[in-house]
Amino acid sequence: MLAVLFVGFAALLVVTSLMVVLHKNPVTSALFLVLAFCSLAGIYLLLKAEFLGMVQIVVYAGAIMVLFLFVIMYLNLQHDVETGVQIAVRRGIGWLVGALLLLVGATLLGAPAHGGSGWALGPANDELPGVEAGNVASIGRLLYSRYLFPFEITSILLLVAMIGVIVIARGRTRRPDESSRRASEGA
Amino acid sequence: MIPLSWLIALSAIVFTIGVVGVLVRRNALVIFMSIELMLNAANLAFVAFASHLKSLDGQVFVFFVMTVAAAEVAIGLAIIVHLFRLRETVFVDEIHLLKG
Repeated sequence: MLAVLFVGFAALLVVTSLMVVLHKNPVTSALFLVLAFCSLAGIYLLLKAEFLGMVQIVVYAGAIMVLFLFVIMYLNLQHDVETGVQIAVRRGIGWLVGALLLLVGATLLGAPAHGGSGWALGPANDELPGVEAGNVASIGRLLYSRYLFPFEITSILLLVAMIGVIVIARGRTRRPDESSRRASEGA
Repeated sequence: MIPLSWLIALSAIVFTIGVVGVLVRRNALVIFMSIELMLNAANLAFVAFASHLKSLDGQVFVFFVMTVAAAEVAIGLAIIVHLFRLRETVFVDEIHLLKG
């Protein structure tokens, strides 16, 4: 049952991520990306990472993709025009590099590293720490004990990102462009 | 229990799709989405190994990666919006000011 669900989610993930790359319309790409994130959240749930599954839906499929769609529609983009010899050559090179990368990955994954399967890095513990308390509770306990300092650093990172975005998006104050001047006249 | 090799293979495939997207597409927004795909592939590998090793640290790392990804998307999209205001395009091969 678990394997069937995993294969379903994995197939959905691969197909939707391919559609993200292949589709001409950026809005459709973004919506396929939402679907890819949702199937990834399903895989996280199958792996008993409930907290990450929820955060994946809320942060990625919710916040980040809304931001993407907002920007795409704000810029009012048309379909991508992808013709010409140069672009065709570059596209061919891109697919070639991708195939090469996949080949390298398959070779690495196929070769057993240390005798047996080559997967087991160190001994696997038998018990998930604090599994009876639930995944969310144990991750919260870990975040506020062992990872407290990185956790606080991320809040500074988010603050810096917020200030940076405001500064970038405001544009130049010295020489205001047409739209901002019109906005300031209207105000 | 899902075999670890399946998860890592899926992560590798999604990462490769992201790489191909960055190399093939010209639209800066779609390139950004492909970068998100690659980040998510890395997250999947983190979660897979965390589940295999029965350790929660990998999941905490995924949390941090998601935070950084959110900050990165916000700043990147602001740069793209600013670029569009200046150059009226988001196609990366029409932005070649540094080529001289």
